[in-house]
Amino acid sequence: MAKTLISIQNITKRFGNFAAVDDVSLEIAEGEFFALLGPSGCGKTTLLRMLAGLEMPTEGQILIDGQDMSRVPPNKRPVNMVFQSYAVFPHMSVKANVGYGLRIDKVAKDEIEARVREALALVKLDGLEERKPDQLSGGQRQRVALARALVKRPRVLLLDEPLSALDAKLREAMRSELAQIQEKVGVTFVMVTHDQDEALAMATRCGVMHRGVLQQVAAPSDLYEYPNNRFVADFIGSVNLFEGTLTIDEPDHAMIESEELGGPIHLDHGVTGATGATVWAALRPEKIAMAHRDEGAAAPQETNVVPGVVRHLSYLGNETLYEVEIACGRRIKVTRSNVARYEERGFSGGEPVWLSWHPRAPAVLLS
Amino acid sequence: MEQDWKQSRGSFFTAFAPPAFWLTLFFLVPLAIIWAYSFGKNISMTEVAVTGTLSNYARIADPVYISIFVKSIVYAALTTFLCLIVGFPVALAITFAPDKAKAWLLLLIMLPFWTNLLVRTYALMAVLRTEGYVNTVLGWIGIGPLPLLHNNFAVVLGLVYVNLPFLVLPLYSALDRLDRSLLEASLDLGAGHIRTIREIVIPLALPGILSGLLITFIPALGSYLTPDLLGGPDSQMIASVIERNFKRANDWPFGSALSFILMYLTFFAIAAQTLVAARRRKAGGEA
Ligand SMILES: Nc1ncnc2c1ncn2[C@@H]1O[C@H](COP(=O)(O)OP(=O)(O)OP(=O)(O)O)[C@@H](O)[C@H]1O
Ligand SMILES: [Mg+2]
Repeated sequence: MAKTLISIQNITKRFGNFAAVDDVSLEIAEGEFFALLGPSGCGKTTLLRMLAGLEMPTEGQILIDGQDMSRVPPNKRPVNMVFQSYAVFPHMSVKANVGYGLRIDKVAKDEIEARVREALALVKLDGLEERKPDQLSGGQRQRVALARALVKRPRVLLLDEPLSALDAKLREAMRSELAQIQEKVGVTFVMVTHDQDEALAMATRCGVMHRGVLQQVAAPSDLYEYPNNRFVADFIGSVNLFEGTLTIDEPDHAMIESEELGGPIHLDHGVTGATGATVWAALRPEKIAMAHRDEGAAAPQETNVVPGVVRHLSYLGNETLYEVEIACGRRIKVTRSNVARYEERGFSGGEPVWLSWHPRAPAVLLS
Repeated sequence: MEQDWKQSRGSFFTAFAPPAFWLTLFFLVPLAIIWAYSFGKNISMTEVAVTGTLSNYARIADPVYISIFVKSIVYAALTTFLCLIVGFPVALAITFAPDKAKAWLLLLIMLPFWTNLLVRTYALMAVLRTEGYVNTVLGWIGIGPLPLLHNNFAVVLGLVYVNLPFLVLPLYSALDRLDRSLLEASLDLGAGHIRTIREIVIPLALPGILSGLLITFIPALGSYLTPDLLGGPDSQMIASVIERNFKRANDWPFGSALSFILMYLTFFAIAAQTLVAARRRKAGGEA
């Protein structure tokens, strides 16, 4: 991995007795696109503001480029921020907004001119130099904020929910644009979002926060396939969680006895847990196979199979979400891609089915 | 909608008739009388004949009166300026104070409003007197006594003291409305606090600052009690002259003319402020 640029060490931020950020440690490498993901109010903005120097940590310290930032005010940090509300100066033209930071730094006039032009071209705002912010759309204003921060060539660019104020279509477009810009300028991005799709699609690495605590840091695919705990499994994507007891734990196989499922879950790998411990099996809806359960027909496999009845189905276009009720009354979410225009024999409500999964499909969670 | 309006018209009039009546009877009618008097002359001790003469206004052209008007404007402007110098940091400090402290600080600013002006002025006299608190303290370190009372210094000091809340409150409300993230963005982009105040806070709060200046300037221009009690023989402002004409000189027509000139000056100040604000808005809209 590239060299560490930001090192967050045991950062805690308390407002009164309430810990908005609770003992977070994190390293971010140079050139990364790091996303901080979590539900509203989990402390993402607070953590980002501490990086920018707009909020002082109660405990812990932040190093940027190996330098302790504790006593460095925001205007002296090699960091720039795109605010949740954009914070574009309403009394300045687009050009003046973007050039503001350079004017402060006493950059020569013609260099300012050139760099502003370059930054505006990068965010595709050329031609709007003289506009005032109230004559811009939300997306354009967001680009002004982005250009204004990028033009200073910071070591780190902080983005606080940069796309949340945009409509779905524009957000999609800006998503890839932002990722492209990041590749082009090579600046380290730290982005905050509560939108998991956004984080998974754009970031090279994600951190998931919950109630001020950093739950897991991993690449997007690892976060999805190997969640650390129930919160992460549930927050990223959709999941069926089964509580159970670990009854067998050998290096090459394991078994979880789950009352919620009404049977055992077989795994073809070991679990690093104590037998007898309570664990949770997280089974993604798309990893469950579904087959018709005709009168007298045998089950499709010997283990990891349960009979059920389709209770509800939602057609989502690219896939269909089925809710299947199993013997104990629990409903399990199953999705099937709509690969063909029309399936030869689809599943309909009330139909008996077999649900089955591969012994490597469930993720085993210890907490 | 129209139906609503027609139905509620009765209650609308019931609600607005008393204040309208009150305003007409106690404000517009006396004002009209004074206005008419300013074109009249005394015919006896108690009677004024409105003759349409402009002689009262012509008398104001006398250098004595012109200089008093000029002095009043200069004092009021100086007072406003000093209030701004003192009040801006105060308003800024209240804006960025913790929420709990804010309410108390605002209360402190407003407290003098609830004390009679006369009482406050006499209190100030006690402070500034030759044997007053300031001179006593200065005496301990071997300075003075300084002539602090009954001169122009005392008048301006008193005017600043009395009018400061008029400026601090509108300034505070203008500053408090500012979007904090704009200030943070400025800091984030490398500007220090002073630079941020100059480049972001002042331009954005300017309409509020201007109206605060006006709200301070107008009462300062018409001050009567403060220059009368704190000033020396050469410190009188226009309001004292007006008072003398109405009372001691018993020259109501001339006093009325002076009053109206003062009022025109006030209107002029308001018009200038409105014009500046409109120009700014227009400049902000285009380009
Ligand atoms: N200045 C403050 N004083 C007191 N509490 C605060 C302050 N700022 C934030 N908090 C609290 O800290 C918690 C975290 O806030 P933060 O703004 O970091 O959340 P967030 O994760 O960015 O949420 P969102 O996605 O809604 O923006 C919240 O519960 C919030 O109420
Ligand atoms: Mg936030």
